[in-house]
Amino acid sequence: MTRLNVSDLSVRRHARSVLRDVSFSVEAGEFIGLIGPNGAGKTTLMRAVLGLLDHEGASSVAALPREERAKAVAWMPQAREIAWPVAVETVVMLGRTPHLSSIQQASDADHAAVETALAEMDLLHLRHRAATQLSGGEQARVLIARALAQQTDLVMADEPIAGLDPAHQISTMQTFASLANKGVSSIVSLHDLGLAVRHCTRLLLLGEGGLVADGVPHEVLTPERLARIFGVSAFYQSTDQGPVYQSLEVTR
Amino acid sequence: MTRLAGGLSLGVVLLAVASLLVGPAGIGPGESLSALIRGDGGPLTLVMREIRMPRALLAIMIGASLGLAGAAMQGYLRNPLAEPGLIGVSGSAALGAVLAIHTGLAASFALALPLAALTGALGAVALVMALAGPRGTSLTLILAGIAVSALAAAFTSLVLNLSPNPFAANEIVFWMMGSLADRSMLHVWLALPFMLLGAFLLARLGRGLDALTLGEDAAQAMGIDLPRLRLMLIVGTACVVGSGTAVAGAIGFVGLVVPHILRPFVGAQPSRLLWASALGGAIMVLAADVAVREILPARDLKLGVLTALVGAPLFLHLILKLRQERI
Repeated sequence: MTRLNVSDLSVRRHARSVLRDVSFSVEAGEFIGLIGPNGAGKTTLMRAVLGLLDHEGASSVAALPREERAKAVAWMPQAREIAWPVAVETVVMLGRTPHLSSIQQASDADHAAVETALAEMDLLHLRHRAATQLSGGEQARVLIARALAQQTDLVMADEPIAGLDPAHQISTMQTFASLANKGVSSIVSLHDLGLAVRHCTRLLLLGEGGLVADGVPHEVLTPERLARIFGVSAFYQSTDQGPVYQSLEVTR
Repeated sequence: MTRLAGGLSLGVVLLAVASLLVGPAGIGPGESLSALIRGDGGPLTLVMREIRMPRALLAIMIGASLGLAGAAMQGYLRNPLAEPGLIGVSGSAALGAVLAIHTGLAASFALALPLAALTGALGAVALVMALAGPRGTSLTLILAGIAVSALAAAFTSLVLNLSPNPFAANEIVFWMMGSLADRSMLHVWLALPFMLLGAFLLARLGRGLDALTLGEDAAQAMGIDLPRLRLMLIVGTACVVGSGTAVAGAIGFVGLVVPHILRPFVGAQPSRLLWASALGGAIMVLAADVAVREILPARDLKLGVLTALVGAPLFLHLILKLRQERI
């Protein structure tokens, strides 16, 4: 089942083209890594797909009415903003916002979704703490849990693992992978290509003002593209312990 | 949570009764309350129903409005230093009133002054919305509000500057300090519809303000209609603050301090802070209005002066406390 369809999406800002003619679609159960150098347009692409940014071309998600869209896709922005010292579980409960009408109280199903998300992100012991008092990495986990609690078929997250410790980086990637096994697709932007090749089922490589490559990790990350787009050489091999990627040297 | 609601409601009721019992007429409590309720048409009933009753009602209405609007504004801007006057409504309402006093319009009929102030508030809203645009962010709203406030303040100074005689200037300055003295039920009936409309609009913002805790992008992706939320916030704030300023002048610091004090008691959740601040605001203005009558009964101490005198140090204290927590 198709979760998202993007065709010929272009974004201009101040008469300058940021992204040109990006087309791809996302099927159920895919865990997509969105990669590309700084300024390649990863955040722009995700915001345009969500309809948060003016764009040309079509995105099936952006075309949905506001309430429908909130039930179809969860979005975790890069700016990890938590404005008030609210409790962790209250933040996670915000993910249920699209499922409640304006006066409705949280139901058992809502509380269950919050519990699952808290457990998934290893936050049960922090649930009553003020979210603003947590460390940056812990806050990131709270915000991922918030997105998970929305229980949508598609999750989009902008650099969710930046600033997390290695164990939580891996477990977060595993969370997205296990969501994929349940049919929930995700698009996650990230800079750690090593984690991307190990966990993602598919990579979208952005650069040169558009989509450069789209496919399984070893097809996307060829030495030629790594040099051209990222300007690095790399060690990338399939080992008994899965694929291993390590950037080596700057080539330009 | 219910304990907080109960405590605050009890505070409002007790202070409202106290407000009814305080005044220069020097009537015993039992006597005054029975005159209020029975209504035998005598002078006592007149004092209670036409002088003290509107004063207590206006204190509740204005305090609740300022608290509610302050909580909503802080929630929308995600900034504990925001206050309802930020969008220029109170400054422009004051300008309308000042113009009415200056031109002599205020003396022509009973409600001329509040109506002129309301017109000023409405003008400010129109100007702010035109400046901020329909799809702007919170930052454009702040900038537009600052521009309109500055413009209103400049025109107010100009009117004072050009005022024909010291008495007019005196009257303007005193009016701007804010007071609930000598208001009638007419003022209550004038302000009430606007305040009810504004409170209705602001009270519905809870869920959107909660979602905004995570930023504008996240809130929008959770299905919150931000342009609509902002419109409801601006119109709601303009209704409650504009009508409040119209009948009582500028009463500062309530919308700033009350949400700040109550935030820890509601787990910092913006939606819960709305109703708590409404009750808290009513308490603060009722208490301040009782205090101005008790502290200097003969000198007509202005309500706005007292709220600023109490509010500013309280605010400083809160900032110091915040600083300790952050470090």
